Amino acid sequence: MSPRDLVQRLRSRFGELVSEPVEFRGELTVTLANAERIVEVCEFAKASLGFEMLLDLSSVDNLGEDPRWTLVYELYSLAQRVHLRLKTSVSEERSELPTVSGVWRTADWHEREIYDMMGIRFRGHPDLRRILMWEGYPYFPLRKDFPLAGKPTELPDVAFTQPAPLEGGPFVTRPGGKDTIEREPRVRTPED
Amino acid sequence: MKQNTVLGYDSKIEGDLVVSRLDAVINWFRKHSIWPMPMGLACCAIELMGTGASRFDISRFGMEVMRFSPRQSDVMIVAGTVTYKMALVVKRLYEQMAEPKWVIAMGACASTGGMYRSYAVLQGVDRILPVDLYVAGCPPRPEALLDALLKLQAKVSREPVVSAWKRVAEPTRA
Ligand code: SF4
Repeated sequence: MSPRDLVQRLRSRFGELVSEPVEFRGELTVTLANAERIVEVCEFAKASLGFEMLLDLSSVDNLGEDPRWTLVYELYSLAQRVHLRLKTSVSEERSELPTVSGVWRTADWHEREIYDMMGIRFRGHPDLRRILMWEGYPYFPLRKDFPLAGKPTELPDVAFTQPAPLEGGPFVTRPGGKDTIEREPRVRTPED
Repeated sequence: MKQNTVLGYDSKIEGDLVVSRLDAVINWFRKHSIWPMPMGLACCAIELMGTGASRFDISRFGMEVMRFSPRQSDVMIVAGTVTYKMALVVKRLYEQMAEPKWVIAMGACASTGGMYRSYAVLQGVDRILPVDLYVAGCPPRPEALLDALLKLQAKVSREPVVSAWKRVAEPTRA
């Protein structure tokens, strides 16, 4: 079955909850209107459409927009060799949605990572602890409003942190620039 | 066996005396059996493993016994990126090592945080441990690490031993 047929089956099952597919470079993306129903959709996609694998689960911080969080689910069917991207949004006030770790067990650590880095909670997760930072770290460092250099934390027995010296950085590359001066990492303010 | 058989004992040599300072003798013992504790934390650890491989023959210097137990090692080679999450573990392992002990910061990350100017990385292991030698490179080649170990031997052989014991024994007069 082609990816478009699978999306059509998803849409005929869930109606307006699932958006029209958007194609970009041969990949299909559908948006889910209500993040609270992510589990039903994923269960159906796995059981009836053959998406037996969750390639990745990631989150996007749209700072300054509402809703602030976008969750991106990358589904794959090994038998049909079909990829589908599923997106859904969560507002900053809520910062919570149901876990899909009951559908794909691999979602367990992905969701822990999102919780650790972005502070989005997954309701019903079996073990929602930090996975990269240590237990007790007070911030969510991948949020757009968190400085790259970090913030000081005063937890000497757990782990302390100090802001890193950036020496004028962060240094940003500009791929595709016409000469090396353009391309190499330099301090760049948003204007230039 | 006849009574006057010579059994590898040459009185012309062994009967003589070598006069030296106690410091020099103890340091000579120490510097030829420095057991490293491989604190491999990132990519530099691969070069550390390379240093331990046959090609570089680290046993020439009496350092081939890499111990994964801090209680049996003399020099901690911090090879790799020290994250804050790992920092306290590194410190604790260092504290478990018996005196005398030394620390080598191998590579840019362990020395200064390297390219990781970020919220998660300790900006140099010297913020928590007394580092004896820094090895430049990302990663340093095994030759560079061996050079550092030889420099460490030189440093060890200059260290005061007996006077330090005296200081420990008579803390009030120090
Ligand atoms: S100095 Fe370079 S090679 Fe060594 S741990 Fe850091 S990034 Fe890896």
